[in-house]
Amino acid sequence: MDTNALLEKLNEPYGLSGYEEEIQKVVESLFSEYCAGVSTDKLGNVIGFIPCGKEGAKKVMIEAHMDEIGMVVAKINDDGTLLASPIGGIDLKILPAAEVIVHGKEKLYGVVGAKPPHLIDKNKSEARSMDDLAIDIGFSKQEAEKLVNVGDRITFKSGYTKLLSNNAASRCHDDRAGIASLILAAEYLKRLKCDFDIYLCATVQEEVGLRGAKTLAYKLNPDLAISVDVCHGTTPDASDGTFPLGKGPVITIGPNTHRKLTNKLIDIAKAEKIDFQIDVDGGNTGTNAWAIQVAREGIPCILISIPLRYMHTTVETLNTQDVEKTGKLISLFLNKIEGEDICF
Amino acid sequence: MELLKKLCLANGTSGEEENIRDIIIEEVKDYVDEYKTDPLGNLICVKKGTGGGKKIMYAAHMDEIGVIVTVIDDKGFLRFSNIGGINPYNMVHRKVRFKNGTVGVVSFDADTKMGELNLSKMFIDIGAKSKEEAEKYVQIGDSASLVSEFVDLNNHVSCKAMDDRAGCYCLIEAVKKNLRTENDIYYVFTTQEELGLRGATTAGFNVDPDFAIAIDVTRTGDIPEAKRMAVMMDNGVCIKIKDDGIISHPYVVNYMKECAKKDNIKYQLEVLEGGRTDSGAIHLTRSGVKAGVISIPSRYIHSPSETVSKKDLEECIKLIVATEKYQFKEAF
Amino acid sequence: MLLKELTALAGVSGCEDEVRDFILEKIKDLKTDEVICDSMGNIIVHKKGKGPKVMVAAHMDEVGFLISQITNEGYLKFKTVGGIDSAVLVSKRVLIGKDKIPGVLGMKAVHLQQGQARNNKANIKDLYIDIGAKSKEEAEGKVKLGDFAVFDSDYVEFGHGKIKAKALDDRVGCAILLEILKEDYDCDLYVAFTTQEEVGTRGAIIAANRVNADFALVIEGTTCSDIHPAKEHQKVSFHDRGPVITIMDGSAIMDKEVVGRLMDVAKRQDIKYQLKRTTAGGTDAGSIQRSNGGVKVGVIAVPCRYIHSPSSVASKFDISECLRLARAFLKSFN
Repeated sequence: MDTNALLEKLNEPYGLSGYEEEIQKVVESLFSEYCAGVSTDKLGNVIGFIPCGKEGAKKVMIEAHMDEIGMVVAKINDDGTLLASPIGGIDLKILPAAEVIVHGKEKLYGVVGAKPPHLIDKNKSEARSMDDLAIDIGFSKQEAEKLVNVGDRITFKSGYTKLLSNNAASRCHDDRAGIASLILAAEYLKRLKCDFDIYLCATVQEEVGLRGAKTLAYKLNPDLAISVDVCHGTTPDASDGTFPLGKGPVITIGPNTHRKLTNKLIDIAKAEKIDFQIDVDGGNTGTNAWAIQVAREGIPCILISIPLRYMHTTVETLNTQDVEKTGKLISLFLNKIEGEDICF
Repeated sequence: MELLKKLCLANGTSGEEENIRDIIIEEVKDYVDEYKTDPLGNLICVKKGTGGGKKIMYAAHMDEIGVIVTVIDDKGFLRFSNIGGINPYNMVHRKVRFKNGTVGVVSFDADTKMGELNLSKMFIDIGAKSKEEAEKYVQIGDSASLVSEFVDLNNHVSCKAMDDRAGCYCLIEAVKKNLRTENDIYYVFTTQEELGLRGATTAGFNVDPDFAIAIDVTRTGDIPEAKRMAVMMDNGVCIKIKDDGIISHPYVVNYMKECAKKDNIKYQLEVLEGGRTDSGAIHLTRSGVKAGVISIPSRYIHSPSETVSKKDLEECIKLIVATEKYQFKEAF
Repeated sequence: MLLKELTALAGVSGCEDEVRDFILEKIKDLKTDEVICDSMGNIIVHKKGKGPKVMVAAHMDEVGFLISQITNEGYLKFKTVGGIDSAVLVSKRVLIGKDKIPGVLGMKAVHLQQGQARNNKANIKDLYIDIGAKSKEEAEGKVKLGDFAVFDSDYVEFGHGKIKAKALDDRVGCAILLEILKEDYDCDLYVAFTTQEEVGTRGAIIAANRVNADFALVIEGTTCSDIHPAKEHQKVSFHDRGPVITIMDGSAIMDKEVVGRLMDVAKRQDIKYQLKRTTAGGTDAGSIQRSNGGVKVGVIAVPCRYIHSPSSVASKFDISECLRLARAFLKSFN
């Protein structure tokens, strides 16, 4: 499948943190093309198993999260509009006039209210509050109550826009792009020797605190974990600590990642002439790797990130070649390293 | 209500829950097959199943917020730190009681601007004339609970420590229904919830349940000018959708809803921002636990006047019992 | 009604070509006596009649953007055209120029915003459009300075008879005018589709001068804030209460005879209407009223929530009542 088509397919289904079943199904079916078996655990993590057939092979977990940020209904107002409570880190600036889907008895379309001109105080740069951002689903309270309950999910309306130079904008490239890179890695691995039992994992509830990865790492207890997430892409208003699009995946060096294996990864990237960038992170990477590293007796982690502009908006923008290079890098890494490389 | 009153008036700040644990053991010991206290002080009571069932864990925390003495100054005033989430404005000119019965009045430095009040500008006055005299009654590291009375407000009752003695009370009342099902049921009264779900973290690991339900208080959106929260007092027990610590597993939410419908229990759905409870820790135990929360609507949480509705308490007990009775069968 | 088609067209003030071409095409099949396109791009359609000279007008243009700079990195800076609140821009999609090059209005991720910046409203001058170009050269191959851009927002029907689209202000008026043209009236009717309303009701000035009408009725999309968190006194119009009749706004005090006639025909034909509860805002009525020796003007409008945003919302009921009122008004002249 063409990378854009794969990304679009992965961006389409909804999967608010804690309610990932829609994306879960899509991931299960995509994984099943490459895996001997696909299962789903208690919290909803999807695990695809690719055995290498060798006895005593080491276990490698490759994971990306499939959940996305959004909201849940906190209250139905007397005028039929909804107030919402955020799930994950939402920038309130993206909300006015944003289009949403309210997952009530049926999928309902809604618009987040924006202030009309006569109520805008031009001299005041006011703080926004979720209390003022009413979601208009076009119904009276009476009608709304028949269709919507407190706690119903609200997700941003989907939309995939191809831009120039292999760039594309979408609602939740964070971290469906990671899932796409996992699938591409599995595709490359079909043709490569690999001496590891691979667990291809799509995790839940990353956006609310790395929750799915924590329990999954405990369950699988792998010998090595490779996390794929997104990192901030460079834009005119954000240069520090950001990475340009199209210059390859970003490899993290720091206390969260296994130094020796990370160096190995870098060597392999250089030898194979795959573009990459380096991120030096002095502590919490804010990714699943942070939770996985300290599961059970400790799990060596590698963290690869795909540069993404406008993270946590509905126009998250990435370069599809970075996704492809990430998949390729993972597959070549697993092809080149030996079981004994995984040690301290 | 006598039991609730007794539970609320007993003192048990986080880490010092023994008074509460003793009361609970007295109440439940005749109804459970075994009980034990684990290294963190959690009281784990087990009602064995008839076999072939699941392992279900209920949790309510015994601890309450309070203060802990950090410095005793030359004049005999006590400086203190918080145990759990304490709003300094809730403490002004309140009284606190230490375990040995010593009572003190909480006030603040005379040069404090009210808008800038914080705990480092506050002290406890126990009426001592000097450091030496104060030290006869209080040591550094002693903790104290808020002084409060248990009052009946017609539909509601109000006292300190309703968070989470109300939950303990409901769980005790459920234990007393003496249900035996095929499931092994673990009634766990946890410690140190107010310091970050600490007791539940280890209790969850030890019990390793198939399903878990915490019982705790939650906020309401029904006082004047309250913002975006649909929960109301007297409107029934809450089935939690999410808080800062957990997104309740949809299976558990649906199960609880079905139980409520079957037994005609008045319930409301709860979306809470800025709070968490024991299930937040339990559901991330080991390889994950399907968990949810039953909440009791409560006003003025973390104050001496935590208020709950008598009716909601009844519905809460009924819902706990119903979730035991219907046994988490996959049929739902 | 052609609202879906009309709202899909790009028509930033001064660049109304797509809308004009569409309307001219539709008018071809209708019975008219004369169609004029003037120097500013207004369309004036004459349907001769014996009665007084009555002009009805709606504007074709919409708020939007003009590309003002292409940065060295290939991003586009822009100027807004018409009143756009920066609050509705972040995380929205746009289409640029005739070739509809897609772009996004991104902003530094929330994680990277420090302190108060998280709460502050975005500043328009800090925003930019990202078309994915990797260089200035690549961007220049697709976009030129001065190209217009509009919100990329589709037409959605939802809720209880609601419509979401961009540019409901004032394609809803254009759609109503096209319906009006399908019927015959006794008055000497001039139907004007005007330009550049959003930058100061400018097209209407010359259209009114040309028509020199006795009466004029402007059909608009107007501000509506009938939902949370607006307080009662801030609710300037309401959905599902019919068209809004303006008594006074920033551009004109409406003619009492016209307002009286509107209310009168509405009552007689059982058409729901409401009165505008603010004097803010302006419409083509101001320009028309003061043209030549003066014209008796009125305004009726469809309430649009989130006006001037990519997602404005109107009620189908209000639109159909607005059309009924406009027709009844025109038929009252004989």
